[in-house]
Amino acid sequence: MTGVRGAALTGHRRPAVGLAAGDRRRTWPWRRAALAMTVVAAAGLPFVLPPYRLFQVTLVLVYAVALLGLDLVVGHSGQISLGHGAFFGVGAYVAAVMIGRLGLPYPVTLPAAALVTYGLGWAAGLPALRLRGLYLAVVTFSVAVVLPPLLKRFPEVTGGAMGMPVATPRGAGLDDDQWIYFLVLATAAVAVAGIRNLTRSRGGRALTAIRQHPAAAEVLGMQAASHLTRAFAWSAMYAGVAGALHTWTTGFVAPDTFTLSLSITLLAGAVIGGLATPAGPLLGALVVTAVPAAARELNPAAPGLVSGLLIVAVVYAAPTGLAGLLRRAAAAVAARLPAGRRA
Amino acid sequence: MFGQQLLEGLGAGAGYAALALALVLTYRFTGIVNFAQGELAMLATYVAWQLVVSGMPYWVALPVTVALAFAAGVLTERLVIRRLESGAGEVTLVVTTIGLYVLVNALATLVWTAALRAFPSPFPDSPPGLAALAAAGVAGAVLGALALVVRRTGLGLVMRAVAADARSARLSGVRVGRVLALGWGAAAAVGALSGVLLAPTLFLEPSMMTGVLVYAFAAATLGGFDSALGAVAGGLAVGVTETLAGTYLGFVGADLKIAVPLVIVVAVLLLRPQGLFGSAPVERA
Repeated sequence: MTGVRGAALTGHRRPAVGLAAGDRRRTWPWRRAALAMTVVAAAGLPFVLPPYRLFQVTLVLVYAVALLGLDLVVGHSGQISLGHGAFFGVGAYVAAVMIGRLGLPYPVTLPAAALVTYGLGWAAGLPALRLRGLYLAVVTFSVAVVLPPLLKRFPEVTGGAMGMPVATPRGAGLDDDQWIYFLVLATAAVAVAGIRNLTRSRGGRALTAIRQHPAAAEVLGMQAASHLTRAFAWSAMYAGVAGALHTWTTGFVAPDTFTLSLSITLLAGAVIGGLATPAGPLLGALVVTAVPAAARELNPAAPGLVSGLLIVAVVYAAPTGLAGLLRRAAAAVAARLPAGRRA
Repeated sequence: MFGQQLLEGLGAGAGYAALALALVLTYRFTGIVNFAQGELAMLATYVAWQLVVSGMPYWVALPVTVALAFAAGVLTERLVIRRLESGAGEVTLVVTTIGLYVLVNALATLVWTAALRAFPSPFPDSPPGLAALAAAGVAGAVLGALALVVRRTGLGLVMRAVAADARSARLSGVRVGRVLALGWGAAAAVGALSGVLLAPTLFLEPSMMTGVLVYAFAAATLGGFDSALGAVAGGLAVGVTETLAGTYLGFVGADLKIAVPLVIVVAVLLLRPQGLFGSAPVERA
């Protein structure tokens, strides 16, 4: 066994491709150990945390799924979406209507929400992404503003402005909140694996090429519009799945949860967490769940003030977001460790 | 009835046209879609309200507000946008304007609270149709003045040079930075006018311009994002369409009027992406 095939089988790193090409930063040395520790911690968490804290952790995971999808648009494709709050809301309402009105079992709602939001993402992306530049942001901004009045317009289906309660999933042998946590955790794990595959696929590498050099990508035969539209549809689907999970977690939907400010919050999370980084979505989800809640206790206007300042500060001071900051800190520590041992 | 609706549509459309014009100005000069444009206009409208409430006559408060908005636009360009310009991508710039959007909105809520406030109308005694017509007249006059400056003065020549090709303009000795700041200032001033025109019907509150921004995007897309004339024509068209659809289409009603601009944007992008008055982009690598 020789050559590249042999190297791949014996566990050498694959040749750098796409985003990783030219990346000479030190990687974390104990990859598998860290992964195993994360899995153990994630599995043990629901048995240690009190229910309310567990609920918050579940919500962080829900937002992380949405941010994974948003990162595909903003981080990998270099486009702006201000409509992911709307896709999130559509997913949430699809799940709520299926469970609450049609009496369907909850596992069906996840693929249904995914399908509907994939289609909507396609429909919004198709006109907007035929042209370069700003139109995706404009269209998605309008979508985000239109969704809440649209939901209120059909009260017999959606419950109107008051929203509607929905039965949350129940699992045998576990408390409800623990069961939901595991459902969300499993979905999030599948979502992470899906994004990894997507970004390393032919289409994912095409996105990188289109973002970094549109003209060169076109010369190489990549159709920017179709690649970007497909990526946007996937990304909307992630938001929709997150929305369905949100309904499972909170057991309640209302139009005013899914306003423009949710879309802005998600975009802020993606930017603050760090664009096109593996840890970015999780860090971003942590920030957007924790920071506004903490700020609201000071003043009702404070969450907006803090989020706005955070966005501008990150753009100026840390364009790679929190993930970039952490990576730099870790690299600095790792560079000092061997020196310390030698001394 | 129909004529009344038409006039009301024109009045609303004048406000949308002014904000669309502000968006187009910023876009022409800096290539940025400024998502904070509506919020800057909202802030200016609050300033105007504060001035009128504290006793200043309306027709004095208006120019003072527009001048303050101009200064705020110049400052925004100088302090925030210019620092990013070197090497920042489109994503970074748009995200920054969204950060500004959130920041300005929160600031207004902090200072003036989220309560609805009545804004004085410039023509309190006239019937609503006439006031709408006057609003449309104001928008038209502003466009005319702007067109005169851009077409007939030396300053206008310099502005057109920068909008056409900033690098060539710089090489011919134009102070491009100043012109860009001027463009942002002009955009903020026109935007302030939009806020003041619309505030009597919309009522003053921190999120009053969010819906208007959607209409203004539709207007700019319909008219062509690089055409000032198109922005004004698009604004009036969007205002009339939206008012008529709200009245005569039972399904749309007052609640779903906000969906009209979305439909317009999607239809324009599918049928005539460069807009009615815009120029189709010629791409060159």
